Amino acid sequence: MSTDVKDDVIIELKNLTKTYADNGFTAVSDFSLSVKSGEFVTFLGPSGCGKTTTLRMIAGFDIPTTGEILLNGVDISKLPPNKRPINTVFQRYALFPHMNIYENIAYGLKIKKLPKEEIDKKVKHVLEMVDLEGFETRRVSTLSGGQQQRIAIARALVNEPQILLLDEPLGALDLKMRKEMQLELKAMHDQLGITFIYVTHDQEEALTMSDKIVVMNEGRTQQIGTPEDIYNEPANAFVADFIGESNIFQGMMTGKLKVRFCGGEFECVDDVPEGTVVDAVIRPEDVIITEPSKGIIKGKVISVIFKGIHYEITVECGKNEMVIQSTKAAVVGDEVGMCIEPDGIHIMIAEDHTTRFDADITKDYELDYNGRSIKCDLMKVIPGAEMKGDTIYTSSGEELDIEKTKITISIKPSDIDMTDNADEGITSGNIISLIYKGDHYSYVVRTVHGHELFVDDEYLWNLGDTVGLIMPEDKMTFTVKK
Amino acid sequence: MRFSRKMLAVPYIIFLVCFVVLPLLVLFYYAFTGSDGYFTINNLLDFFTDPNTTGTLVYSMMIALMVTIVCLAIAYPLALVLSFADIPRKGALVMVFVMPMWINFTLRVTALKEILTFFEGNLAYHPLFNTVIGMTYDFLPFMILPLYNSISRMDRSLLEAASDLGSSKLHAFMKVTLPLSVPGIIAGISMVFLPAMTNYVVLDMLYNSTYIMGSLIGSYFSAYDWHNGSMIALVLLVIICIFTLLSEGGEDNTRGGALL
Repeated sequence: MSTDVKDDVIIELKNLTKTYADNGFTAVSDFSLSVKSGEFVTFLGPSGCGKTTTLRMIAGFDIPTTGEILLNGVDISKLPPNKRPINTVFQRYALFPHMNIYENIAYGLKIKKLPKEEIDKKVKHVLEMVDLEGFETRRVSTLSGGQQQRIAIARALVNEPQILLLDEPLGALDLKMRKEMQLELKAMHDQLGITFIYVTHDQEEALTMSDKIVVMNEGRTQQIGTPEDIYNEPANAFVADFIGESNIFQGMMTGKLKVRFCGGEFECVDDVPEGTVVDAVIRPEDVIITEPSKGIIKGKVISVIFKGIHYEITVECGKNEMVIQSTKAAVVGDEVGMCIEPDGIHIMIAEDHTTRFDADITKDYELDYNGRSIKCDLMKVIPGAEMKGDTIYTSSGEELDIEKTKITISIKPSDIDMTDNADEGITSGNIISLIYKGDHYSYVVRTVHGHELFVDDEYLWNLGDTVGLIMPEDKMTFTVKK
Repeated sequence: MRFSRKMLAVPYIIFLVCFVVLPLLVLFYYAFTGSDGYFTINNLLDFFTDPNTTGTLVYSMMIALMVTIVCLAIAYPLALVLSFADIPRKGALVMVFVMPMWINFTLRVTALKEILTFFEGNLAYHPLFNTVIGMTYDFLPFMILPLYNSISRMDRSLLEAASDLGSSKLHAFMKVTLPLSVPGIIAGISMVFLPAMTNYVVLDMLYNSTYIMGSLIGSYFSAYDWHNGSMIALVLLVIICIFTLLSEGGEDNTRGGALL
């Protein structure tokens, strides 16, 4: 990074972590970001992903547990909100109901002890900017939601903050009003040159308005990039699934710039070594429907939905389902071919989702995991082990120390089964995320012991479902823990 | 006969007529009649010409004012702490301050009397002090509840907004919390000030010679002078009405009232 760019950075978040003292919940962990002056940055993620908490730490309402917030190079993470040159537009506007519009907007200016004429001038100017001239003496309760929103923006902007924070400001507005305000906010940002940090769960809003998007999930950054980067080159399956609609298929690299999924081999532009297991992301609009004989893969149309500017067509090919957006309709039951241009395929190296956990050895040489016994032939697991009588001796000739030896069990996501009966499995937990991957769902289950593990299942479960996790012993791999 | 929703109001109307309208008419009748049973406005004239009555009115108001101020001074910080403090089982804590209302009145005041006697020896030495103590003790919950309700219903993001716009904690309190709790303050005052002018039972039980409006009405009634007693009660009623109308006018611009 050159010094030139460094000077341009207005705010820098360094390894921010927020853990609540009362329940130990970590809302944000190890969050780092640097924002250039005048940028429009959006924190995007599902509810509970930590985006609002991060914003509140920048505003000063929450103090980070660890980490630094550098504003123009000075750490402000411990400063109270009233000492920061930052203003916030609140989700529910938070206008003072006992004051009129003028008093609301002038609130910050009066604290700065500006002369009355100057306050009057600024209030008038900012009201013009939000298109509500002459509203000075109106009461908050007589304003519509959209007007209150504009006043909330005016009240923050009138203080000429270095950074404007917006916490889902359009969440309470109807769709048409929201679209209008998005454009207006964007125009205001371009006109004022103030740095905007915006929080939303609406991916379309984020793509429309931002210079830079920070995708968050479970308190962690998933990807930071421009809207184009995030949309075209998602860093992982979560981002691909969250931003826009996408088909995600498990596949494997079969050669240089060649990938196989859905029963066909496609050319791609991502250079990943042959044999690597990958996730292929294909946007619905990138699939071209052809004659059955001309497509790389074939399938049967199982549904066609008219969506206004396009049709959403679902095609079944083998065990996979491909969602396609096309301006041409198809007929349910027809067989069609499908092609995808190389740059329409985005390859992500599949993360290793194998579950690993440690088990104790019992006196009977069985394994014990939280009170559940697992059968395992220790003779095959421990190298050079020998059975003499009822005792196992290790290769060094000593008796096996069952206190100190631990066995690591690993099992693949596809080998774990889920059941409604929480007591049936080896452990149980709640489903905290799910992503559809063409022919199966990839679930993340948080167990009662607080571990998170991946499970692949072809059936649809709901978020929050409590499931028992059955792990067949013949699908487990055992190794001695070092 | 078909059942209509209006019929649901019947029990309430009966109640209203029996316990509000009829007694008021009786009050009016006695206030504007003499012992001979004929219409007269002498009772009204007596009220304002008798130095005993007007003197007691002024004195009662003074005592009621003191009680209200002491109640407010104790209840406001308490309500503030109860609403804002991050404490588990807050509801139970609020109950602790309201619970005296559940305990039998006689028992409560007798206990207070014993405590005061223990410290003061003879209760007769400090009549004013004991009056204020006794009434404050009796009326405090009626001040705490409306205050607690109005403060705890306040949107917390308003305070964050104030702080965000540059307010210090004190400034935010003066500009946001205090104005928004005005309905609660008014409700609390009207629940304490007016009863404090008339509730002479507390004083009686504390062997107190302090003479307030309630004592005056009581003394007329115990002498079977229903006419003058009723007129005093009626004048107090008018004062209450004026007070309530005034406070509603002030409440006009603030959102909602106080719950009780």
